[in-house]
Amino acid sequence: MRFETYKTEGFYDELFFENGEPRPCAEPLIETINELPDGELQRRQKTAEASFMDTGITFAVYGNKDGSEKIIPFDVIPRIVDAKTWENLEKGLKQRTHALNCFLNDIYGEQKILRDKVVPDTLVNTCTAFRKECMGLVPPRKIWAHITGTDLVRDKDGTFYVLEDNMRCPSGVSYVLQNRRILKQTFPKVFSKCAIRPVDEYPAKLRAMLEYLASNTDNPKAVVLTPGVYNSAYFEHSFLSQQMGIELVSGSDLIVIDKKVYEKTTQGLVQVHVIYRRIDDEFLDPLTFRKDSLLGVPGLFEAYKAGNVALANAPGCGAADDKAIYTYVPDIIKYYLGEENIIPNVPTFVCEDPVKRNHVLSNLDKMVVKAVSESGGYGMLVGPHATEKEREEFKEKIKANPRNYIAQPMISLSRVPSITENGFEGRHVDLRPYIVQGEDIYVIPGGLTRVALKKGSVVVNSSQGGGGKDTWVIAPDKGAPEQGQGLQYMQHQQQQQQQERRK
Amino acid sequence: MLSRVADSLFWISRYIERAENTARIIDVNLNLLLDLPGEERLFEPVIKTAGCSRSFYNKYSKATSENVMDFLTFDTDNQDSIVNCVSFARENARCIRETITLEMWMLINKFYHRLHEPNIKEEMLNNPHDFFTEIKEFCQLYVGIQDGTMSHGIGWNFAWLGRMLERADQTSRILDVKYYILLPDVSMVGMTLDTVQWTAVLKSVSAFEMFRKTYAGVTPQNVAEFLILNKEFPRSVYYCLEHSERALQNIITHQKTINGEKSMRVIGKLKAMLEFATVDEIIMKGLHETTEDIQIRLSDFNATIRNDFIDCTWQV
Repeated sequence: MRFETYKTEGFYDELFFENGEPRPCAEPLIETINELPDGELQRRQKTAEASFMDTGITFAVYGNKDGSEKIIPFDVIPRIVDAKTWENLEKGLKQRTHALNCFLNDIYGEQKILRDKVVPDTLVNTCTAFRKECMGLVPPRKIWAHITGTDLVRDKDGTFYVLEDNMRCPSGVSYVLQNRRILKQTFPKVFSKCAIRPVDEYPAKLRAMLEYLASNTDNPKAVVLTPGVYNSAYFEHSFLSQQMGIELVSGSDLIVIDKKVYEKTTQGLVQVHVIYRRIDDEFLDPLTFRKDSLLGVPGLFEAYKAGNVALANAPGCGAADDKAIYTYVPDIIKYYLGEENIIPNVPTFVCEDPVKRNHVLSNLDKMVVKAVSESGGYGMLVGPHATEKEREEFKEKIKANPRNYIAQPMISLSRVPSITENGFEGRHVDLRPYIVQGEDIYVIPGGLTRVALKKGSVVVNSSQGGGGKDTWVIAPDKGAPEQGQGLQYMQHQQQQQQQERRK
Repeated sequence: MLSRVADSLFWISRYIERAENTARIIDVNLNLLLDLPGEERLFEPVIKTAGCSRSFYNKYSKATSENVMDFLTFDTDNQDSIVNCVSFARENARCIRETITLEMWMLINKFYHRLHEPNIKEEMLNNPHDFFTEIKEFCQLYVGIQDGTMSHGIGWNFAWLGRMLERADQTSRILDVKYYILLPDVSMVGMTLDTVQWTAVLKSVSAFEMFRKTYAGVTPQNVAEFLILNKEFPRSVYYCLEHSERALQNIITHQKTINGEKSMRVIGKLKAMLEFATVDEIIMKGLHETTEDIQIRLSDFNATIRNDFIDCTWQV
């Protein structure tokens, strides 16, 4: 397979210029692929897929009874981000995460931002993820949003936008690590030619953050709390706990006595100080939230309120990723940090506003409409791709419950070449970098590139037939390697990092 | 170690050991079929050994080799079928994916997918020997990988305990059922058919070669002695008990806590019962009664372990 006939077709392509020349950061990759013998790339693609199956990196699709497990479709052609673009994104993501954390501290505390009418208080009060139970609560180290997955998209002109913030147990980071492992096997030579920033640090950063939360003990015990093997992201829960070297527990492994959390071990009870919970707020504690929850731990919230256990992310932090509050994030950044936002939002119409609602209703064929409380590509309408009947149905839904909907103009998502039956074709992608907020803010260099593998499709969610790609962030140019010296350069970098850690 | 995790490790071992034994028994009896053409009752004891007569005869009227093979290997209604054992083992392994090593997980996962390949049944029917050999080898490989890649701490010792417990149970069952079927009449002792069948019993627990090194003649007494009392053969009941005790002792030592004393007492008593027994005493008392006694006590032991480590009354 060669790139000779590859066309960008008027979209922004992550690897090629419009004239068909590869972008500088993609040159070594394109060169390598063009030199491969016929069929070799397809063979490597197959090997990569088999590796996912054998290691059990599978994904359960809800409501799909026959094949309860599938591998996430994976395409071996990576998405590449150059150093300068990344530098800006990283800055923007840190800024945004910091501001949203300030916002959470405020709305569960003094609510200054509401009193100053920067964000309408009705929006917060009607937000389904806002937890009244958390009012007045100060979480350990004042951190609410410990782990964030921010979805970025790139438009026709190459501008990055934030599409949405995910603060409710965003999943997918295990695929970032696995995709990288597999791509190292697929294109070892390219890795030695380019200075691709490693992502393997993530589990260590995550663990350090979790242990940082337990400020009142020298010997903190952190665990990962999973809803169980039938959860679609179970692989990730178990993978992360293994990579971090901490235990994976389910709700029934924990017990609360005198507002302290313990795990049941063969030796008796052992106290737990930090819980990286991958269970939604509603299911955390049947005594406080949903009474029918069997996944949670009775009394957990009381223990949390008493300050005896830290929860990451903090209950109630979903209020900051509400899709309607999203529109106010630029104002939130300005309010708390006094800065302009670095990565812009996609222009968004909140349907609750009657003027904007009318605009949306009369332009539905040009818009993407999303339910504010849903995720995973559920409850959305891609206007230009929908039938007239679907659009009419959606109009009724919006009219019936306007607070529940937002609309955005259709962004012409950037593309990355992908392997298809007809050779390389461009497929639309987004990007979800993961951000860990502890003592400082860490952004994984890269993140999950989700790709809509169906021709022309823009829905990238794995529950809707999307797949994954590895994301390569090229290291900054300072002392950047000459061709062929990438390996030494990376070793040098790693040594530096180790030294820093020792300090 | 989390109680749930210890429990899973314990059960993965039991399931895999069970699958191996089932594969072994089917294979041996298929072979026996070649030596004893026309023998129709051959697979009845196999069903009995597996302890699933009722569910089998609900489904089938006759224990033909094909029916039995299908029932014991692929039937998901049969709790102990090989497919179920492997599925349960994988389910447990998935729950503790972060505790076991990648190699252990990959092996179980791959084999699970292998048993769910579309033409797998035809493969079994066309070449049963190869098929059941593959299953045995998978089980042995698992034990080997577990030994070679996992730290021999509390978790590994729970796995070892599970394996030894299951094996003791299986050996005693095989012996029990075969004895019952094979010696309906004292006059049959020493006949050719008898020898062939007793050899098959030994082969079912892959004991034939080691037996030969100890005994000259294949007699019921010798077989019973070897399979119950031998101190060196890794599938004899006594050996399995002794090693269960060691595993338990290791767990207690690693944990530095007092729970486990009750389990220690139960296994110690059972072991002591066999340690100084002779095969004549056992036969005098009745082989069936002895094996039944062993099975009851093993099940007691299982319950005590649960009590001591898994569902313990939680104290701070």
